[in-house]
Amino acid sequence: MQTFGWPEILFILRSAGWTLALTVIAFFIGSIIGGAFALMRLSRIRWLRRFAGGYILVIQSIPVLMVLFMSYYGLSALGVELPPFLAASASLSIYVSAYLAEIWRGSIESVPRQQWEASMSLAHSPAQTYRHVILPQAVRISLPPTVGFLVQLVKNTSIVQVVGFVDLMRAGMLVNNATYQAFQIFTVVAAIYFAICFPLSRLSRHLEKVMNASRSH
Amino acid sequence: MPAVLIEDIHKRFGSLEVLKGVSLSVDTGQVVAIIGRSGSGKSTLLRCINGLETFHAGKIEVAGHVMTQDPTKLRELRKDVGIVFQSYNLFPHLTVGQNIMLSPRITKNVPQAQALALAKDVLAQVGLSEKFDSYPDNLSGGQQQRVAIARSLAMQPKVMLFDEVTSALDPELTGEVLIVMEKLAKGGMTMLLVTHEMNFARTVADTTVFMHQGLIWESGPSKELFANPQTPELANFVKAGAH
Repeated sequence: MQTFGWPEILFILRSAGWTLALTVIAFFIGSIIGGAFALMRLSRIRWLRRFAGGYILVIQSIPVLMVLFMSYYGLSALGVELPPFLAASASLSIYVSAYLAEIWRGSIESVPRQQWEASMSLAHSPAQTYRHVILPQAVRISLPPTVGFLVQLVKNTSIVQVVGFVDLMRAGMLVNNATYQAFQIFTVVAAIYFAICFPLSRLSRHLEKVMNASRSH
Repeated sequence: MPAVLIEDIHKRFGSLEVLKGVSLSVDTGQVVAIIGRSGSGKSTLLRCINGLETFHAGKIEVAGHVMTQDPTKLRELRKDVGIVFQSYNLFPHLTVGQNIMLSPRITKNVPQAQALALAKDVLAQVGLSEKFDSYPDNLSGGQQQRVAIARSLAMQPKVMLFDEVTSALDPELTGEVLIVMEKLAKGGMTMLLVTHEMNFARTVADTTVFMHQGLIWESGPSKELFANPQTPELANFVKAGAH
C-alpha cells in the first residue's frame, strides 16, 4: 500500500493549482458577464431589464451543480462534447455572473440619486456620469462583498469533481483512496484551502475598514 | 430677449397638479428670489428650468436654448445653466480641484492647464483656494456648498439656479454661502433662487416671486413686495417667516 509522502503532496498541490486556475477564470469571465447584466438590470429599456432579471433569477434559483450537469452531460447528449475543464469553467462563470450582477447592481443603486442629478446638471452624458461619478463610488461600495464572494467561489469550485475534473478536493480524495491516511491528507487539503482563502478574507476585512475609516481616499 | 422665459408651465405628479400655469420672465443680470411654503411648487419650477423635471404643458427658454427632452440639446442647455442643490452633491471620491475640473474637461474639452487655472480662479472667488486638494468629507457644510457653487461657475454658466442652498446648513454657516451669492449677484450673474432666507431675498434679489398652490400668487420688486404684501397669503407668510 502507498503511504502519504511527497509525491502525493505534490499531486495535491498541482491540483490546488487547477482549483486556483478555475477560480480565476470563472471570476474573470463571470465579472465581465456579471457587469454587463448589472448594467442591463439598471437599463431604461424594459426588455433588457427583464431579460437580465430573468437570467439572474433562474441562475440563482438552481444549484450550480445543475448548471454543471447541463453543460457537461446535457450538451454531450446533444452531441456537443465539452472537455471537463471547459464545462467546469463555463458553468462556474455563469454562476459567478449571476451573483456578481446582483452585488454590483446593489452597489450602483446605493450611490445616492443626487449624484446622478448633480452629474447630469453639469451637462455630463449618462455614459460620462457612469464612468466619472457613479462607478468609482460603486466600486468602493462593492469591494468587500465582491471579495467575500470570491472566497465562497474558491471553496465552491470543489463541485467540479462530479464531471471528472481533478481539483484540490478531488485530489485529496484520490490520494485517500490509495493511502487511507484520511486525517493527514485532509489536513493538508484544508490547510491549502485556508492558505488561499485566509488572505482574501483579510483583504476583504481590510477594505471594509479602510472604506469606513475615510470614504475620501 | 430675457435670460429665462417661462410660459404657462403645467406640471403634475400623478393626479396632483403642482404647477398650474406659471409664467415668469427674468432679464440678463437680474436676481429673482422664489419664496413660498413647502409644496407650493417653487423647487419643482426651478428644477424644470434645467430639465431635471419635465413638464406637461408650456414652454421654457433659458440662455437662448428652448427646453427639450432631446439629450444632446439638453446637455447644450445645461452647459449654460448651473444649479446648486440643498445637499451640495459634491462627488465624494474626487478632491475639490477634481470636482471643479471634471465637467469643463469632459464636456467642453478644456485642456488640463486651462481647467486648472479655471478651477483656481473659481475657488478663489468662493474664498477656498487652500482647499484645492481636500476631499469633500473633510470640509464643513458651508465650505462644501461654496465648492458646489465654484464647480457650477467653472462651467461659465449664463444663468445660475439655487435650490434652497442654505437650508441644510447650520445657522452660523449660512452667512459665508450667502456672501458668495451676493457677490455673484453684484457681479451681474443672472440668478434664480428658491430660498427661505427672507432677508437675503429682500436685500439682494431685484424681484421676489411668492408661489402659492402651484401658482405665482404675487410678485414684484423685492423691497415693495415685503413691505406691502397685496394678498393675505403673502402677508401671513411674511409674518410667519419673520421668526
